[in-house]
Amino acid sequence: MADDRGAFPQAPARGVRSGAAMAGHPGTGSAPEPVLDGDAPPEDVGRRLMTVNVGPQHPSTHGVLRLIVTLDGETVVRVVPDIGYLHRNFEKIVEGWAYPGIVPFSDRNDYLSAINNEIAVCLAVERLADIEIPPRASYLRVLFSELQRILSHLLFYGTFGMDLGAFSPFMYAFREREVAYTLMEKATGARMLYGYNRIGGLRNDVGDEWLRELEGFLDYVEGQAWPEYMGLLIDNEIYRARTIGVGRITQEQAIAWGASGPMLRATGIPWDLRKTAPYLCYDRLEFDVPVGKNGDTYDSAMVRMLEIKESIRIIRQVLRALPSGPVLAKVRPTVRTKPGDYYSRVESPRGEVGVFLVSDGGHKPYRLKWRAPSFCHLQMVPLMCEGWKIADMIAAVGSLDVVMGEVDR
Amino acid sequence: MNILLAAALKVVGVLVFVMANAFMLIWLERKVSGYIQRRYGPLRVGGPAGIYQSAADILKLLAKEDFMPGGADRWLWLLAPVVSMVPAVLVYLVLPIGRTFTLQDLGVGLVFFSSVTSFTLLAIFMAGWGSNNKYSLLGAMRAGAQLFSYEVPLILSTIGVVLIAGSLRLQTIVAAQTQHGWFFFEQIVGFIVFFIASIAELNRTPFDLAEGESEIIAGYHTEYSGMRWAMFMLAEYSNLFTSSALGVALFFGGWHGPWLPGWVWFLLKTYIVVFVGMWIRWTLPRIRIDQLLDLGWKFLLPVSVANILGTALVLMVR
Repeated sequence: MADDRGAFPQAPARGVRSGAAMAGHPGTGSAPEPVLDGDAPPEDVGRRLMTVNVGPQHPSTHGVLRLIVTLDGETVVRVVPDIGYLHRNFEKIVEGWAYPGIVPFSDRNDYLSAINNEIAVCLAVERLADIEIPPRASYLRVLFSELQRILSHLLFYGTFGMDLGAFSPFMYAFREREVAYTLMEKATGARMLYGYNRIGGLRNDVGDEWLRELEGFLDYVEGQAWPEYMGLLIDNEIYRARTIGVGRITQEQAIAWGASGPMLRATGIPWDLRKTAPYLCYDRLEFDVPVGKNGDTYDSAMVRMLEIKESIRIIRQVLRALPSGPVLAKVRPTVRTKPGDYYSRVESPRGEVGVFLVSDGGHKPYRLKWRAPSFCHLQMVPLMCEGWKIADMIAAVGSLDVVMGEVDR
Repeated sequence: MNILLAAALKVVGVLVFVMANAFMLIWLERKVSGYIQRRYGPLRVGGPAGIYQSAADILKLLAKEDFMPGGADRWLWLLAPVVSMVPAVLVYLVLPIGRTFTLQDLGVGLVFFSSVTSFTLLAIFMAGWGSNNKYSLLGAMRAGAQLFSYEVPLILSTIGVVLIAGSLRLQTIVAAQTQHGWFFFEQIVGFIVFFIASIAELNRTPFDLAEGESEIIAGYHTEYSGMRWAMFMLAEYSNLFTSSALGVALFFGGWHGPWLPGWVWFLLKTYIVVFVGMWIRWTLPRIRIDQLLDLGWKFLLPVSVANILGTALVLMVR
């Protein structure tokens, strides 16, 4: 693998006879010799292939993903995802930070589901520091986690439509996201990266008025917006033709590549950490786990759309069962954990977000490993795209719903 | 001398109309997309309903750097936008705008129209090949396959109308509809094929593969900026107008209509067809290249041929 990475700078020449149109850059002085790269796979020799860098600046690479794509006309022969453009050295930096500081930094990993990241960190630290969070905090964490899931899936709906060439769904999704972000802002003080969770609970409580507003938003999404989404994109004939059967992965492949979340459930495996390894108060709430059948892009998008409804159902139950009381346990300003390790995992909108925390008994982690679902999913790109058309590749990558902040960390 | 003067006036008139029309359509597209997407569209640039948006757009484009990518095929690259404008302007020659108002009423008007518009492909391919950019080349390849596939059903779909009207002269076709009734009702199959194929010819969603943003950035005009890019857009909006106008002339009775003067009817109908095109554009996702070719060759082509045969049979029996 190390050799492969070393070869990336030369990758455009890989197995390609450079044609007249693609003759060398003027800066190089002369057109490059039409030679075959030494490490071109034998099956490519003599084929008229073209290597295209899709990204890191490209309209539909969801941030800074770079795909090195070898094309035979319109057909994708080989695709190599290249990552690391958004690396922030999260895991090493937090080794020098006290626990309370890690929580807001973790927002930046999967910036579309900041709350879920915070919860993953908090759960690990609270477990190792023997902190019991108040019941209201537990319920509110579930509430915000599900609201975040709705927000993230709405963004998926919008960008997936855009990947398929439909621009309007994006604006429709953002119409509701705007309302939801305003709600988030009212409760937490921020719109995207909240820093709302604390070790031991939440920073502040939410008022009854806010809860009523939230209920109104849920009614609106369920009654009006969701059917509009379905009518505008999901039930569209062209959409179905573009997604059904495209980017298909089998159950075995999904498990072998470590897929989780909607990507895994699209193949028909009802694996949802909220059910299979409940955390917070999920075991007291009733909800279904939507699953797909074929594991194609249509199914994974559909699973996400149905999850919006399930999240609404969960939030409604939380609103009914919300206990009163404090939202923050009494925690010493310097949180110290006992020596040991703990792997906390939460179901983020993208899949299993895991925090493996090793503590040597101090107020800083000895080691913190972040398991990012997008990272695992991104490895399936070659599996999903090779042999398909360029447009299918964009659809397949879009259906992964990757967040590069989480992949590169 | 008078002939030359008249010709010059016509050319200037057409160019002025092309600009004014693009001005109008850019604003309309922004507004229509805005309302379809539940937003307001342009407002801030001033004028009623942000009508100065187009002016702001054009000023911006004029101020932009005219950037030529390194390694570009100089002449192909420089000429492509101009070449794209030529067919866009030429087709105005035969449009039957009013009862007595056609710039040059050619006897083979319809043939002229379809043969001139097929030059658009040349411009796209020049741009795609000359840009020294892989996305541009992919876009040009797509456009080549697409325009070639849809040219055939587009022309075939109009033959039913030609058979009934008994002429290729567009004024005669429109005049035939004043007695006969609009051909839309008899030739509804022909119209559907014509409409789909003309959207594909125009490279607009759901057939905007040649510039499919989410896949190949901007396709053949990825490397263009400033006024050269604007010329592509100008040609595109002009083509949008003219192909809608052709549809109106062939299927919706052209200038035919009560009370109002003919040219008003003609423009009104054309802009309604343009609006339907925009409506489709801002609603549908993009089709894939193989599905596009399947639709062209396996559906539109047989249907349009069957339409010709059916029309011919009916005419024979009558």
